[in-house]
Amino acid sequence: MIGLNVYLALIAIATLLSMYRVFKGPTTVDRLVAVDIMTTITTGLMVVFALYYGRMIYISVALVYALLAFGGVIAFARYLEGGL
Amino acid sequence: MNALAIIGEALVFIGTFFYFLSALGLIRMPDVYNRMQTSTKSATLGSLGVIVGVGLWAVGLGYSPAWIVQTIAVAVFILLTNPISAHALIRAAYRSGVPLWEGSVVDKYGEHIRAKERDNVESPETVPEEGGEE
Repeated sequence: MIGLNVYLALIAIATLLSMYRVFKGPTTVDRLVAVDIMTTITTGLMVVFALYYGRMIYISVALVYALLAFGGVIAFARYLEGGL
Repeated sequence: MNALAIIGEALVFIGTFFYFLSALGLIRMPDVYNRMQTSTKSATLGSLGVIVGVGLWAVGLGYSPAWIVQTIAVAVFILLTNPISAHALIRAAYRSGVPLWEGSVVDKYGEHIRAKERDNVESPETVPEEGGEE
């Protein structure tokens, strides 16, 4: 289980790098792209935490989180396009 | 037991490495279109690796075989929905007027839109579809 700490550190570094784009991004769509990548990475993080704590119920949490993130990104895209 | 755990750990390592590469492309590329191109593809591949790898690793460690079923469900959902959200976001970016990088050499979507507008101007008797794609 020591290897899991290394993978959690890699995921944390990736999340921090995309957080830089959220704060820095010149346009709104840049920030939205970064948030989309962060939600994808967070879904993987929840699945890794399910193995870290040994509880299968956290995978269901990751599935619901991915579904809500997908709906949110589609809603934001429609809003930027002027269709909402 | 051990073979499944080793394969799962290798998949998780590959997936997290691709997560790192996608975040690197997100801060490295010059344009919102290039950023979306690099980061979405590698994040989808990394998600597949991490999620299926965790399922295999958990079964190898002695947990219930229901882990692999649930992780494959999550992986298939992400594989189906991630390109759709990326496509919707990038089309919204183009239509809201985000400029291309100055080093870009081809703009097929812009050519397509301009050709369609020119056809509508040249043949005004054909009624343009208003709101047909809503």
